[in-house]
Amino acid sequence: MADLQINLAGIKSPNPFWLASAPPTNTGYQVQRAFEAGWGGAVWKTLGDPILNVTSRFSSLDFNGQRMAGFNNIELITDRPLEENLREIYETKKRFPNHAIIVSLMVEPQQDKWHEIVKRVEDVGVDGLELNFGCPHGMAERGMGSASGQVPELVEKQTYWAKEVAQTPVIVKLTPNITDITVTAEAAVQGGADAISMINTINSLTGVDLDTWNTVPNVAGKGAHGGYCGPAVKPIALNMVGECAKNPRINVPISGIGGISNWQDAAEFMLMGATGVQVCTAVMHHGFSIVEDMIDGLSNYLDDKKVKSVNELIGKSVPKYTNWGNLDLNHTVIARINNDVCINCNKCHIACEDASHQCIDMLKDSNGVEYLQVREEDCVGCNLCSIVCPVDGAIDMLDIPSNQPMTWNEREAVIKGTKVKSEVNIGK
Amino acid sequence: MTNKGPNISLHDLESNFEEVTKALTKQEANEEATRCLYCYDAPCIKACPTDIDIPKFIKKIATNNLKGSAKTIMIANPVGASCARVCPTEELCEGACVLNHSTTPIMIGNLQRYATDWAIKNEQVLFKAGKKNGRKVAIVGGGPAGLSAARELALLGYKVTIFEAEKECGGLNTYGIVSFRLPQAISFWEVDQVRKLDVEIKTNTRVGKDVLPEELLENFDSVVLAIGMANVPSLGIDGENLTGVHDAIDFVKSTKSGELSDEFKQKRIVVIGAGNTAIDGATCSVRLGAENVKILYRRTEQEMTAYDFEYEFAKQDGVEFRWLTSPKRIIGDENGVVKGIECLKMELGEANEDGRRRPVPVEGSEFVLEVDGVIKAIGQSRYTSFIESFGLEHKNGVVKVDLETHQTSNEKVFSCGDVIFGEGQGEAMVVSAAQQGKNTAYAIHKLLFMKASETA
Repeated sequence: MADLQINLAGIKSPNPFWLASAPPTNTGYQVQRAFEAGWGGAVWKTLGDPILNVTSRFSSLDFNGQRMAGFNNIELITDRPLEENLREIYETKKRFPNHAIIVSLMVEPQQDKWHEIVKRVEDVGVDGLELNFGCPHGMAERGMGSASGQVPELVEKQTYWAKEVAQTPVIVKLTPNITDITVTAEAAVQGGADAISMINTINSLTGVDLDTWNTVPNVAGKGAHGGYCGPAVKPIALNMVGECAKNPRINVPISGIGGISNWQDAAEFMLMGATGVQVCTAVMHHGFSIVEDMIDGLSNYLDDKKVKSVNELIGKSVPKYTNWGNLDLNHTVIARINNDVCINCNKCHIACEDASHQCIDMLKDSNGVEYLQVREEDCVGCNLCSIVCPVDGAIDMLDIPSNQPMTWNEREAVIKGTKVKSEVNIGK
Repeated sequence: MTNKGPNISLHDLESNFEEVTKALTKQEANEEATRCLYCYDAPCIKACPTDIDIPKFIKKIATNNLKGSAKTIMIANPVGASCARVCPTEELCEGACVLNHSTTPIMIGNLQRYATDWAIKNEQVLFKAGKKNGRKVAIVGGGPAGLSAARELALLGYKVTIFEAEKECGGLNTYGIVSFRLPQAISFWEVDQVRKLDVEIKTNTRVGKDVLPEELLENFDSVVLAIGMANVPSLGIDGENLTGVHDAIDFVKSTKSGELSDEFKQKRIVVIGAGNTAIDGATCSVRLGAENVKILYRRTEQEMTAYDFEYEFAKQDGVEFRWLTSPKRIIGDENGVVKGIECLKMELGEANEDGRRRPVPVEGSEFVLEVDGVIKAIGQSRYTSFIESFGLEHKNGVVKVDLETHQTSNEKVFSCGDVIFGEGQGEAMVVSAAQQGKNTAYAIHKLLFMKASETA
């Protein structure tokens, strides 16, 4: 069986699956249940000055009957006294010495406040700290969370303050509510961060109730934006992890967060540069027990791939993640329909006809049997037909490599008579 | 031996006649609606005789636009609420669903019922009559074909009058389909939708008695004959007039007309025939409390005309099937009441012209079954003399029509529905009758207006 242990900037855990700082890590009771279920680590729900919460707090984006494709919350950081949290952290660590306990922190952007909380938390014995510069609601209006996480100088300075006294590794959790996350990631590294984690939640409003015209969710008829997460945000998070992983100036480990629901998502994040992952929404949907298949599935996958340690996955796809200008303009992909598998729903035809390049014909054979056929000379290989096709294996997208690859950048260089800059790709 | 379905009550017969198929819940309907692929040029539409835009009405269920969904169904099929329940969907839309080739087909019938049930429950009036065009059409017979023609003509602006011999309109849907498949209220709603288009409905009005064919031909621009079929023909054996011998059509009608009779309780019943009406006769008998119900059929399971799901349903109800068994005479007691039926064993000989093998009696195979009642369900006879009173050409009571225009030998008279079914012509399904009604309306409109404008 493959080795699933990871070491993220000095924080060791028996597997790469951590619970993210969120409602499932609110109490010692919950974190201990999680460790019993098999979670390798937990980032304790953010500590700071206790706040007051509102009800209701959560809402779900359902898609075609599927619950929680996306998830929105307006809950704040811990609403329990610091002492109570610290006592439970101490008890949990004592009971589970080999599991990673990282504590999420958020205080006002002042040096003494950071010093005080870092010391008090480290005093009870933790494996690491995570600075919450990401929470987009409630705390941001008080100058904390994403409000400070959107200002590179504040990220750098606060990281520095925390690092001034921290004995354990410091992870900086970044907000996606920013144009270019690599800017704040670099600021965190400049401030001395041992690792970065991403993404925190995205500003969101789930919906509007068409009967009452209230927002969803709302508190006594009024709503405010919340933080969006769950499976729907995974592509956004995966890109941000990839962007940071391929940036040579962001040379610290990454803890991947954002819509991770199973071992496959986790493996993708690790391939894209994450050293480990954090999970919340999937647990809120199904409970702690989902980690069993995460561990089992990842382990079987690694065995199948003859990979001895999960660490061998880290960053393996990063060199394959580049910019559009480096893609081969001469490469060809075409669609081919397997008529023996096709069920003739004609979804590919209408998708191509109305939304792509009008190259899938609806035909009849000599017996009057309907079939679909791609006019390959007109196919641009966009994938749309195979995406809308409801049957596995009915449409193949065939790769036809070019004899003379040429990227946009190369083409431009030829036109302008300059040299192509070699691409910088440093996997970590 | 008592072999009853699990839910047959002897104390509360009414409950035995409640609709057996449960309605989809909102969540079930939504889940099923979202499972639909929304095919382009969908085969389910092509398989529907009335061309209901099925993906469209299903999509509207998924977006909670139930009024739009019900209108999509009912505009294509004026008896779409009934058809949601009685169509042989596995042979039509659901049979054509592409998901048959990958997973399981969409429950189109149940979704259609869900949308139309919503319209019924919310007392929706879905359509408005067209601006009056000054022409008048008489429709003889208010069954599915007649109602459908009336609805389309009313939308086109005709002043339509339906002449219905029975107390209520709806025909087969009102009186001929068992309540546990199709509650009468559904049919009544469909009739009401037509009535609200300013269609005049004259019930308890028998053409030929209360109003004469000549009057209709004189007073209306066109006449639509949609009178369906008549009662079960005679078996041609002794004892047919004994007390306890029933016509299956009348028998089913009696279960949809007022209080249920308890005369079948704990009785032994045989049904002669193995079509869908025979199944109805048998399952109604079970539900009226009969102790034992047998279907006697002179051919075999292979040749029976009942739909597979009806056959299965009858077996679930505990109905016994005696294949290759033909009645020879019905035996009565001293009071003229049925006490038994003498039967003959049959064997199958050569195939005859319709492709089915001909049953041949086995000599000396007579045997007697002790029974308390006999239900005849060997088909339906024709209103031949009525058709002749309109002077129309027919073949054995099947009105001859141009299959495209539904025009009869009298250019003023059109005909659709069961009255044109048979002798290799037409279809017997409710949904086909609905489409024929629509086509008849369009043909009348074309004759009265398009032609006029072309020559003008």
